[in-house]
Amino acid sequence: MNHTPDLKAAAIKGGVATDQRHDSAHKHVSGTAVYIDDMPEPAGTLHGCLGLADIAHGTITAMDLSAVRVAPGVVAVLTGADVPGENDISPTGRHDEPILTDTLVQFHGQPIFAVIAETREAARRACRLAKVEYDALPFVTDIGALDPLNDKLVTPPLTLKRGDAADAIAAAPRRVSGRMRIGGQDHFYLEGHIALAIPGEDQDVTVYSSTQHPSEVQHMVSHALGVPSHAVTVEIRRMGGGFGGKETQSNQFAAIAAIAAKKLNRAVKIRPDRDDDMTATGKRHDFLVDYEVGFDDEGNILGVDLVYAARCGFSSDLSGPVTDRALFHCDNAYFWPAVKAVSAPLYTNTVSNTAFRGFGGPQGMIGAERVIDEVAFAVGKDPLEIRKLNFYGPNGDKNGDRNVTPYHQTVEDNIVHRIVAELEESADYARRRRQIAAFNANSRFIKRGLALTPVKFGISFTATHYNQAGALVHVYTDGSVHLNHGGTEMGQGLYVKVAQVVAEEFQIDIDQVKITATTTGKVPNTSATAASSGSDLNGMAAQNAARQIKDRLVDFAADKFQVAADQIVFLPNRVRIGNQEIAFADLVKMAYFARIQLSAAGFYKTPKIHWDRDKGEGHPFYYFAYGASCSEVSVDTLTGEYVVERTDILHETGRSLNRAIDLGQIEGGFIQGMGWLTTEELWWDDKGRLRTHAPSTYKIPLASDRPKIFNVTLADWPEAFEPTIHRSKAVGEPPFMLGMSVFHALSDAVASVADHRICPRLDAPATPERVLMAMERLKGEVAGVSKR
Amino acid sequence: MKTTLTVNGQLRHLDADPRTTLLDALRNHLNLTGSKKGCDHGQCGACTVIVNGRRINSCLSLACMHDSDEVVTIEGIGTPEHLSALQQAFVSHDGFQCGFCTPGQICSATAMLDEVEAGWPSHVSADVTAKQDLTVEEISERMSGNLCRCSAYPNIVDAIMDVAGSAKR
Ligand code: FES
Ligand code: FES
Repeated sequence: MNHTPDLKAAAIKGGVATDQRHDSAHKHVSGTAVYIDDMPEPAGTLHGCLGLADIAHGTITAMDLSAVRVAPGVVAVLTGADVPGENDISPTGRHDEPILTDTLVQFHGQPIFAVIAETREAARRACRLAKVEYDALPFVTDIGALDPLNDKLVTPPLTLKRGDAADAIAAAPRRVSGRMRIGGQDHFYLEGHIALAIPGEDQDVTVYSSTQHPSEVQHMVSHALGVPSHAVTVEIRRMGGGFGGKETQSNQFAAIAAIAAKKLNRAVKIRPDRDDDMTATGKRHDFLVDYEVGFDDEGNILGVDLVYAARCGFSSDLSGPVTDRALFHCDNAYFWPAVKAVSAPLYTNTVSNTAFRGFGGPQGMIGAERVIDEVAFAVGKDPLEIRKLNFYGPNGDKNGDRNVTPYHQTVEDNIVHRIVAELEESADYARRRRQIAAFNANSRFIKRGLALTPVKFGISFTATHYNQAGALVHVYTDGSVHLNHGGTEMGQGLYVKVAQVVAEEFQIDIDQVKITATTTGKVPNTSATAASSGSDLNGMAAQNAARQIKDRLVDFAADKFQVAADQIVFLPNRVRIGNQEIAFADLVKMAYFARIQLSAAGFYKTPKIHWDRDKGEGHPFYYFAYGASCSEVSVDTLTGEYVVERTDILHETGRSLNRAIDLGQIEGGFIQGMGWLTTEELWWDDKGRLRTHAPSTYKIPLASDRPKIFNVTLADWPEAFEPTIHRSKAVGEPPFMLGMSVFHALSDAVASVADHRICPRLDAPATPERVLMAMERLKGEVAGVSKR
Repeated sequence: MKTTLTVNGQLRHLDADPRTTLLDALRNHLNLTGSKKGCDHGQCGACTVIVNGRRINSCLSLACMHDSDEVVTIEGIGTPEHLSALQQAFVSHDGFQCGFCTPGQICSATAMLDEVEAGWPSHVSADVTAKQDLTVEEISERMSGNLCRCSAYPNIVDAIMDVAGSAKR
């Protein structure tokens, strides 16, 4: 799709703040976008399959793989003993996660060996022939019976504290305490995990890995092989979805593929079957939240005590930062005058849980919303009133310091009041509240519910060193540009956004900018594309690289044409130098002949952030992103089944880089969040087996599950308080938590069966079964009360 | 086992193990990698292709069962240079994010529009004998066999609405 740049254009095509379509749009719709499994395989490519343990906890006493080895097509069988380097892929360096375990099995489905065969089918069949004997040990899959403060943890817990919560609660006129159970979630990226390793000369290996974190895959592969990082190149053009599930979970497949490839000197591909993928890779953490809140008769919250216990699985993986982030969001948008929040990252004999969009934040927030609900029911007010009553103070609120978080960061960019007020108005909340009350009074079996919930989400990696990024920009002599950066594309539109930034910087049409696959060979030591930080970090790094080249071009032109530097202006596809205009490509060519360097490596690190975990104090987030949603549901009280009748969303992404992409993220995030809180239920049996390991038993939202009326608005007035890339804000994770309004609308409908006098204490996911049971419980309580 | 079938208008000869699914035959033997494997269990729709005018999950069907059948895959619906109207609508409406479900969505929607044209009712149709109006609800129901984990559903439905009823797809 070549074109000649328009030298008279008033504006470039595809600059920032345009609805530039996704860079791969035409390829996605025609099936020509290449995912790793679509790449032509090198001659002689072998295929791997992992052998999974079939007990939840125990020691391996005998592993007879002889039948596997002689099965048709099998070329090699690998166990932990075949790992030439370190048999560990713990991302935090805690050495608690073997690539292939050879002694201790710690969850049902843990990989214990790998079969490499001529075809994928041969490898899968051979896997079943293994004879493994175990000495079973007692195991624990559920955290319900564990003691958060004394049972085994996978990583040190965190405490956040401001004021004296115990005193404040004791002194409060009223108190409530309770417990909420919050389920996990499988990523169900439509493209499962995959790694293709191609051996090179010496110690070299190239791994194509469906990963959000190529640098980490590189490090893990190098440790596993026992070779320096320079021998390993990891590349990824695009993923078919990631959602956090490919932040650390790609390591295992990449490491085994690389080990086999080097051992056999042939290309090796591993793409687990969907059931194996769901069984053997980590998910969103389930939580149990114990809370106690003190408040007054108006509903002003005075003190909150929270314990967030998480099912982490058998190893630490990212459970430390995930449970930390849960605590960072135990306030959502509310000011807790006195607060103590403690995390408990509990060890269980289940797959090791990992990152998932929101990274503990959603679980933290829904705990906060339960606290609000409890207070609202206790004082007999609409939960929305209690929400508004307890919001952080407006910006610049000098009287009182109602804007300090439990981690002692001051909220400086609070716009939640305006977001909620505008949504309340546009969704016609007050009138619909009355209508629903009238409807419910006259409807025997169908009950409606309504809720409006806010989101305030902290942006930055809480591990401060992750908040850096690099980019590489080359300008070729024909004026076309090659762009590379450390961020990965998983559908979120990062590549196109960063390309927009570079096009804007050079003032050239976006089709002059070639977006290239992320690879550790071009930009080193990158962070995971996670924490919603992709465009913030990589956009800035790419802008920095482009500016370096631009500065050199300006210096060169000023010198050659003898004009002041401020007389040189980059116009669309051309440059004005004094009184003349020349094409961008012509200036570039002249610069080349004058031996000006036309390539630059850019770098960015987020300013202002710091965090002292031991003290629980700091400024971990560069800024906050805000949004709110309002949902209405109808519930069948005979079956618990429900329909989302209508959802209104108002969300902000600062001054958006690309509104079309951002709207897609908001809609998609909301629906995925709704799935987490409604139909997506993970279930382990009494042998510790995950029984929801395929879409037949695990229900993600369908087209027919989206709200019947769905109004999504991107607020057009906010602008980032901090000097972010073109004053835009992150969009990846925050909208996920908009799904909370559906959960609370369900809770509202449930409450109607007891005339809104009892807090429904609905657990998540609110499956129809759970909704039905909650309604029955409430009806029973009402009957019990009236009998007395 | 030898099988001869027409794929995207071309006669293709296949000599594969009889247990080879149509999806694997397309992807691995005929190098048509546009159809995706999401689950291999007939539960996600990523592998949807059109056989003799009807949409099927190609992972649930053996290639050798399709001797002398007419198969249309995403590659046969249009190319980046010559997109079908529906493909163009998916581009205009951003009917995807990661794109992995997209070929299946488009094959499925293409055949679904024909089903509506032929007067097939759906689970949400009020009158099973009348010709159905393609409402958002009808489309959502009829497309509920195609999962999209990125949840690009609103835009997918908008894209389909755009071409529904128009002569060209
Ligand atoms: S791959 Fe065929 S339905 Fe999922
Ligand atoms: S676009 Fe990612 S699964 Fe549909």
